[in-house]
Amino acid sequence: MFYAILRRFGQMLFVMFGISVIVFLIFFATPGADPAARIAGRNASPEVLEAVRHSFGFDQPLYVQYVRMMEKIFVTGDLTSFVNRGWKVVPAVMDSIPVTLSLVFGAAILWVVVSIIIGIVAAATRDSWLDKLLMALGLLGISMPVYWLGEVMNLITQSRYHDSWAFSWVPPLGYKNFSDDPKGWFLTLVIPWITLAILYIGIYGRVLRAAIIESLQEDYIRTARAKGLSETRILLRHALRTSLIAFVTLFGLDFGALVGGSALLTEVVFGLHGIGKLTYDALQNLDLPMIMATVMYASMFVVIANAVVDFVYILLDPRLRTS
Amino acid sequence: MILSVRDLKVSFRTNDGLVRAIDGVSFDLEESEILGVVGESGSGKTVSLLAVMGLITDPNAIIEGSIRYKDRELVGLPARELRRLRGNEIAMIFQDPMTALTPVYTIGWQIAEQIRAHRNISKAKAMERVEELLAEVNFPNPHEAMSRYPHQLSGGMRQRAVIAMALSCNPALLVADEPTTALDVTVQAGILDLVRKLRATHKSAVVFITHDMGVVSELADRVMVMYAGRVVERGTRTELFSDPRHPYTRALLGSIPPLTGEKPRRLPAIPGSPPSLLRLPQGCAFGPRCPVQYEPCVADKPDLRGGTHAAACYRVAQA
Repeated sequence: MFYAILRRFGQMLFVMFGISVIVFLIFFATPGADPAARIAGRNASPEVLEAVRHSFGFDQPLYVQYVRMMEKIFVTGDLTSFVNRGWKVVPAVMDSIPVTLSLVFGAAILWVVVSIIIGIVAAATRDSWLDKLLMALGLLGISMPVYWLGEVMNLITQSRYHDSWAFSWVPPLGYKNFSDDPKGWFLTLVIPWITLAILYIGIYGRVLRAAIIESLQEDYIRTARAKGLSETRILLRHALRTSLIAFVTLFGLDFGALVGGSALLTEVVFGLHGIGKLTYDALQNLDLPMIMATVMYASMFVVIANAVVDFVYILLDPRLRTS
Repeated sequence: MILSVRDLKVSFRTNDGLVRAIDGVSFDLEESEILGVVGESGSGKTVSLLAVMGLITDPNAIIEGSIRYKDRELVGLPARELRRLRGNEIAMIFQDPMTALTPVYTIGWQIAEQIRAHRNISKAKAMERVEELLAEVNFPNPHEAMSRYPHQLSGGMRQRAVIAMALSCNPALLVADEPTTALDVTVQAGILDLVRKLRATHKSAVVFITHDMGVVSELADRVMVMYAGRVVERGTRTELFSDPRHPYTRALLGSIPPLTGEKPRRLPAIPGSPPSLLRLPQGCAFGPRCPVQYEPCVADKPDLRGGTHAAACYRVAQA
């Protein structure tokens, strides 16, 4: 067990190394393009270009350039943006991590809890009106684009009905630090959480329902019935547990991607300066060091999320423990 | 009398109309008696016993007739009452031990779960009982086996675990649905020994479903042969094997390779295949494959006739 975890950790490091090399090569070794010119931004003077060339080691072999780059990102943390002159890239990323993590974690808790309840209820009452209603609502949730939903939420809670009793508690857009103002942190995030979670509640509820109904066809469910267990116990203890595997797989992929910046639309709509927003702005300005850092960060989270999923698999399914 | 089934009919509503999977099956079972139910796939042997267990969950199934267990009518019994009997007084062993256990729990946990569903005892007490049960079904190291997951055991061991589970509440009636079919021959013999031993120690009556005539001849006190949802012949083991009356029973026995004497060049087989339940012939369902079919067989279904040894065949009645 311990050995398996250690091995998985090693694989994780290896994958991240691979990603860093590929990302580096894409940005800094594309033939026919001068990385110094791109880092320095548009209309940079020859002196600036020379400074960039020297500080990134572009006059030296590729592997030296790579090591320097990684050193700047992970060790010294003094990678600077040339588009926004003097702006330190690493602290900027570090500042936006809590924003994105707060948003995605909260939404994830919401969508996991609600979709598990919906999946179980729909599977238990399958083909009834309740099941059909829940699945129709799920489809509706999947169909609504998140930026549109976010704007509608804002329209309702920030302007149209802001003065009504229902939404007067909603604070203005923006992010509040948890350490400064826990209550404000929570209140500003409630609406973004709901907005982001609705899509996933729809998807996960439907996936779980299908998985439970499939495992209810298994032989061991018949054995459980023959044992004289109640239907509730059969559903929760025998069918649900084996159905969670598909659910966890999906969760790992979605969670990693969201933390890595896919929550961009939600962040923009609600004025949250998270990783998504940071990457988006960097892409607009072609801020190469910033793109490099955010891509590295994003890939790191996808890799970590996948490793966590593998550990959860092992907890859920003893068949995976020995191999 | 522990179980008395009278005129049991099970039908399924399908898109192609009503399919009658079981058509008027009747049988009795005495205490600690072993009844062998024989027939090929689709003959209705499993469905009829699932009906006894109340395990037909298909909402399109219609169950008619009477199933009396110790003077209680099981047909139409509320789900709660039935659940109290199931796993407690009536237990079942399934065909494929590879898939019959929930893969994510240890076998000790799964057996204890059944005990605690029916007995009001502590977890520790239940676990003690599990260890006893596993020892009883010849696990070499019962204490260690308790903490094993199903995938860590061989097929034969899993089937022993399933049997231990079925026995956990001392059932008066044990239904075994082809418990040896998925196992190696040597393992089969062990399981059969076990069933015989358990009948002696637990005094359970056993319904043993199989398509293997050899297994029946070793184990059963009485035998019931089914074809296309009906009982075609029933009798004691000796009656049935020494004097098979129905052409189907005879054909089944004829298709067993002889161990002594001259080896036949080709093993006799029954021509054709079992009829689709959707398009059963009007007369005897075995008619189209029967070597001795004549006019009365086509017109109407023969009833089961005779005393303890009865067959549903016009030729037998004629003789």
